[in-house]
Amino acid sequence: MDNFRAIADVGFVLNGSAVRVAPERGERLSYALRERLGAREVKIGCNAGDCGACSVLVEGDVVCACLMAAHQAAGKRVETVRGLLDGAQGRALVASFQDHQAAQCGVCTPGMMVSAVALLRDVPQPDAGQVQDALGGVLCRCTGYRKIIDAVVAAGSGAAAPAVSGGVGVAMRRLDGLAKVEGREAFGDDVAPEGALVVKVIRSPHPRAGFVFGDLETFIAGLPGVDCVLTAADVPGRNVFGVIPAFVDQPVFAEAEARFRGEAIAAVVGSAEVMAAFDPASFPVTWQVLPSVQTVAEALAEGAPLLHAGRAGNLMCGGFVKRGDADAALKRADVVVEARFESGFVEHAYIEPEAGFAQVVDGRVEIYACTQAPVMDLDSMAEILAMPREAIRIVPTAVGGGFGSKLDISVQPFVALAALKTGKPVRMTYSRAESMQSTTKRHPSAIHLRIGATQDGRLSGMRFEGDFNTGAYASWGPTVANRVPVHASGPYLVPDYLAQSRAIHTHCPSSGAFRGFGVPQSAIAQESLFDALADKLGMDALEFRLLNALDNGEPTVCGQVFAQGVGIKACLQALQPAWETGKAEVAAFNAKNKGLRRGVGIASGWYGCGNTSLPNPSTIKAGLRPDGGVVLHQGAMDIGQGSNTVIAQIFATALGADVRDLLLVGSDTDVTPDAGKTSASRQTFVSGNAARLAGISLRAMILERCNAAVDAVLRFDVGVVEVTDGAGVHRVELADLPQDAEGYVMRAEERYDPPTLPLDANGQGSPYAQFGYAAHLVVVEVDLKLGLVKPLRFVAAHDVGRAINPLLVEGQVQGGIAQGLGMALTEEYLPGRTENLHDYLIPTIGDVPPIETLIIEEADAHGPYGAKGLGEHVLIPTAPAILNAIRHATGVAMTRVPATPSRVRAALKEAGYE
Amino acid sequence: MAYLCPDNMADAFAALERGCVSVIAGGTDWFPQAGEVLPKVSLLDVTGLPGFRGISRVPGGWRLGAVTRWSDVVGADLPAAFDGLKAAAREVGSLQIQNAGTLAGNLCNASPAADGMPPLLCLGAEVELVSRRGLRWLALAEFVTGVRRTARAADELVSAVFVPDLAAGTVAGFRKLGARRYLVISIAMVAASLRVEAGRIVDARVAVGACSPVARRLSVLEARLEGLSVGAVLPVDVASLAGLAPIADVRGSGEYRLEAVVEMVSRLLGDLVAQGVRANG
Repeated sequence: MDNFRAIADVGFVLNGSAVRVAPERGERLSYALRERLGAREVKIGCNAGDCGACSVLVEGDVVCACLMAAHQAAGKRVETVRGLLDGAQGRALVASFQDHQAAQCGVCTPGMMVSAVALLRDVPQPDAGQVQDALGGVLCRCTGYRKIIDAVVAAGSGAAAPAVSGGVGVAMRRLDGLAKVEGREAFGDDVAPEGALVVKVIRSPHPRAGFVFGDLETFIAGLPGVDCVLTAADVPGRNVFGVIPAFVDQPVFAEAEARFRGEAIAAVVGSAEVMAAFDPASFPVTWQVLPSVQTVAEALAEGAPLLHAGRAGNLMCGGFVKRGDADAALKRADVVVEARFESGFVEHAYIEPEAGFAQVVDGRVEIYACTQAPVMDLDSMAEILAMPREAIRIVPTAVGGGFGSKLDISVQPFVALAALKTGKPVRMTYSRAESMQSTTKRHPSAIHLRIGATQDGRLSGMRFEGDFNTGAYASWGPTVANRVPVHASGPYLVPDYLAQSRAIHTHCPSSGAFRGFGVPQSAIAQESLFDALADKLGMDALEFRLLNALDNGEPTVCGQVFAQGVGIKACLQALQPAWETGKAEVAAFNAKNKGLRRGVGIASGWYGCGNTSLPNPSTIKAGLRPDGGVVLHQGAMDIGQGSNTVIAQIFATALGADVRDLLLVGSDTDVTPDAGKTSASRQTFVSGNAARLAGISLRAMILERCNAAVDAVLRFDVGVVEVTDGAGVHRVELADLPQDAEGYVMRAEERYDPPTLPLDANGQGSPYAQFGYAAHLVVVEVDLKLGLVKPLRFVAAHDVGRAINPLLVEGQVQGGIAQGLGMALTEEYLPGRTENLHDYLIPTIGDVPPIETLIIEEADAHGPYGAKGLGEHVLIPTAPAILNAIRHATGVAMTRVPATPSRVRAALKEAGYE
Repeated sequence: MAYLCPDNMADAFAALERGCVSVIAGGTDWFPQAGEVLPKVSLLDVTGLPGFRGISRVPGGWRLGAVTRWSDVVGADLPAAFDGLKAAAREVGSLQIQNAGTLAGNLCNASPAADGMPPLLCLGAEVELVSRRGLRWLALAEFVTGVRRTARAADELVSAVFVPDLAAGTVAGFRKLGARRYLVISIAMVAASLRVEAGRIVDARVAVGACSPVARRLSVLEARLEGLSVGAVLPVDVASLAGLAPIADVRGSGEYRLEAVVEMVSRLLGDLVAQGVRANG
């Protein structure tokens, strides 16, 4: 007989109320809080204490709820963010987090808020260092942390920002910020109905393996609570998906052979209770490990196994741009530099793993999931399910970070197939390991670059060859292959240019879209060699760039000529003061220090907004209700970057309304038109233009009603629009107007597609309607003996054409720099080795130094109110600026990222450092 | 299978004897290792056992209860010889981990990169084990026997860590090398303690973690340091690191680790000597 206490029932105090639960042994407190007590504000990012999103207070101490047994809460006081909002610290933080836009996607925000409350209770007026120490256990992938630090410091000091609201140009709070800060935002894992079944995927543990299932019937029969198993045989339509029509190649479930570690081969559907204890290793499958290729070199070797029939030599595709005669120009150049550069896989590492659920409603399937591309999801699902588009509804949840990877489908086919087969709602959330193993990555690159210049400092020939490890399936690999040659020159005048890229298949996770689509990799090579070239010429690195920077009226390497809006010179000029003081500062420091050396580095970047030479439309709809409410159907997915706010600000300005008066309807394929995917820095530009046109159109309808002047002022009131112009006040009564099927008395729906032209065989044409431009400066400190590189401050100049919301611009810049910093110094995804957030190292709140953002506004002719895209630009110059700063500090050129301490130290030794 | 949370030793021993139990304390290592699937064993939660938590003065030294948390260590009023342990405590993961993770858990997990090991080795810590057979004490270096291996018998629990008194004037420190500021699993870490008496280094102790299967003291270096004049060049070189065998992994090459240790030890000792001079002349 057991005479010890075996606890079944656990009581504790949650946010001031007594609660009781009966957890399983070994059940995490985070699970109990979310699934048994409905506290969905507790977010789960890793289940390993690596991300801190699940932070709660237990007896006032901040802990990770994922690392605490639910049983250990017995008798304790547990507080989540929802229980802290009414306290003095909570109230101050709610206001301050919004004022500073300290929340972008919002998924880490509950953990940040909880940690900040604990700090403010102990230290009412913390400084930045204390905030960093207190919040160091919570990872954020969007913000770059500086706004969070500012917000907590300001909450302590009682400094309040003036509340502002308005249209274009106003640095207002996010319209969706309050819900994020209060933990009410519903992400992919937060929306499933109670009692939903759970689907878990069986994945290949090998990079390449044949497989044979055991007796699935017996397996199911032996597991009460398991409803069914799904395999390729259960896919009613095409067992294939992808994002580029000509390259669609990825099966939902592999058939006979898995091509990368983590590839799905089957799925098991059952009750939540049974699936929580289900061990995928118990699934009846026999693996036959096959020889695999992990690198481009292996994949290109003679006799290498072919991943896909019809793609000889494992070559998926290539890209090519040729202008002038690069070789001749290099021959006549006075100085030539060349080098090889390498980068590894980079993981998106959003804090929200892929999640969602599906249900069947009146014969239609509804998929609720985090996504960057709802209509593309619908397209894929129609093919996979062999259902008409009308029978599928995609309802995106809030997205806890995407950065490109959530453009591809993940959980959608699994939950949809399971819901259709069982007839019940089915949910799924990727584990962190599953997310890292199976979703797309940034392409590893191997680049060979030669650049020449004449004695006067002018570029004379550039030749670029880049191989990109595109992994097992195509995903966005073709886009990367196309974009790189178009961008690899950087924003400079390069009359003689040759660039070719190749995307090579390997038995690795698919490489896909990641902020910059290959351009960050090519920028590392090009901007690093620019410093080498300037050195050889005896020129100042900034002066050299200014001399060669592209100007209005000069052709890009594709021969595209912009008459206006080329802002790179303005960006570089804006860095001039920081460049001069930076150089002086580091020289003074280095004169006095031996073991530490500082350097300052700069780099430029450019990025064409929207699809490359392809149609890329967005549609925005708005309606006026009889009660005077203006409804904006805003389908541009907000993945934290701020389109919910930006699109509304643009629309409000075009209409002539206060943005706070708008009623926002989010993305939902049943009620909101297609605003395209959130990628390629296109939403502000493309969807913004559609919103502007919709606003203009609705405004015109109203003015027409009363024959008012174009500059009339509108006031939306209950049942009436008051229109004031020189002639007086007109009242447009709405109640009596006929309503359309959606109940609107007036409705505008406008589409915008940016004007582009195809590229010819030499990559000549007009691939983009606009480019955005950027230049970063960084000061770093290198610990010579330990190889540690510490960025001390950034100055970032960005030409955004017109800053629709300057605060959102700063947020993008800071977040992009943090990701670029990670790519430069710490982040490398190694399949099978760094499949978690403690071996894969994204920057923490202590790693991102102060960032000064210089907003440049070289208006663009096509952009809404002159605005340009920004999302990718913010990451592109960061890594090369850091490498250039290391070189400035030490004379050592790092050609492989991440420049880990071990690699930096090895390079320093090779260069003769003690 | 059950979740067992005894409040007395007899129940705890009974649970151990029943077998098929996994001991859990702060959970900060237990849950990541459990992964996503509920365990097929009973859990024995030792956080409620009498005398298992808290730091107390005992004859001849200090007793740190097994489930004393890292944040308890940070907040405790302890002699300067514990400064290395305190510094290590502040570098453990994050506040979240420090508020849950326990001293004994860190030792029993027996990771080569356990943050508590180097400073506790310098403190000459002993591990107190309790079972129905009574109490026994093992030197820390004898307790952790390999990667994920300890000398704890199946019927035993670690009840405390005992730290014998160090002479007044002992100064101590800890340094951890990682590629980012917080949430770091170290590339290498070093702890050291020493006294300065009459211008000479006395009782120098140096330990290194993450560079061998089990963190270890550097006996060659310690012998070189003994009696050395505070003005002398510190004799830290790769040869003085005998016993370390760092592996190459994603965090760094073996060669890099050894060199980094030389540098970190030199810097730490330099700081401690200066501190010791101020403390003791």
